[in-house]
Amino acid sequence: MLRVLVQNELFDMGAEMDRLSADSWGIGGISVFMGQVRDGPDGLESLTLEHYPGMTEKVLTELAAEAVKRFRLIGCTLIHRVGTLVVGAPIVFVGTSSAHRAEALAGTNFLIDRLKTGAPFWKCERYQDGRQVWVDAREADDKAAASWD
Amino acid sequence: MAQDVTIFYFAALREQMGREKETVSLPAQSVTVEALVMELRQKDVGMDEVFAASPRIRVAINQTLATFQDTVKPGDELAFFPPMTGG
Repeated sequence: MLRVLVQNELFDMGAEMDRLSADSWGIGGISVFMGQVRDGPDGLESLTLEHYPGMTEKVLTELAAEAVKRFRLIGCTLIHRVGTLVVGAPIVFVGTSSAHRAEALAGTNFLIDRLKTGAPFWKCERYQDGRQVWVDAREADDKAAASWD
Repeated sequence: MAQDVTIFYFAALREQMGREKETVSLPAQSVTVEALVMELRQKDVGMDEVFAASPRIRVAINQTLATFQDTVKPGDELAFFPPMTGG
């Protein structure tokens, strides 16, 4: 089953894993990735995630469907938070299930790599001194996404 | 009205443009994104400066990622934005 959500609210990782686990018969493994706002010595306070309502859901649903087909996944959950999130806060949840581990692990990698550069989200950093800076796209992320072409 | 398209701007581009959305009239029934942008930049110095300073602007047509060589038709929804930084 595909489950795609774009929301400000925190997600419940345990509940999401239970949902993936109980989704169907024949599941032998579940793989998850959770991304969070990185803490550091640079005084980052929060990130604000902007997105393109409508296109975001469309792109994430297409990505999930592609992953299911390409890696023979049984279930796939993509949850991406938007709005202002403080350091340490979860941002994104990617969860996949499959009969054997290789497909679930590869599917999760594919989804997070493609989602970072292909779904219309933009991060704006806010620092303790009040500075606000839009995050620049990283070449490494483009390369990671292109590695699945 | 019959030749109108809606344009959205996101993230840093929205801030630089000073607006998140506008409606513009197409110069012809069917034009490339590039031709439309050139036309708009000629009429709007602010937009010209923003687009000149942002070589990596991306475009979506009707909520699908597109290129500046793709065609825009009346009624389309366009969006311009910087490279995406999700995840």
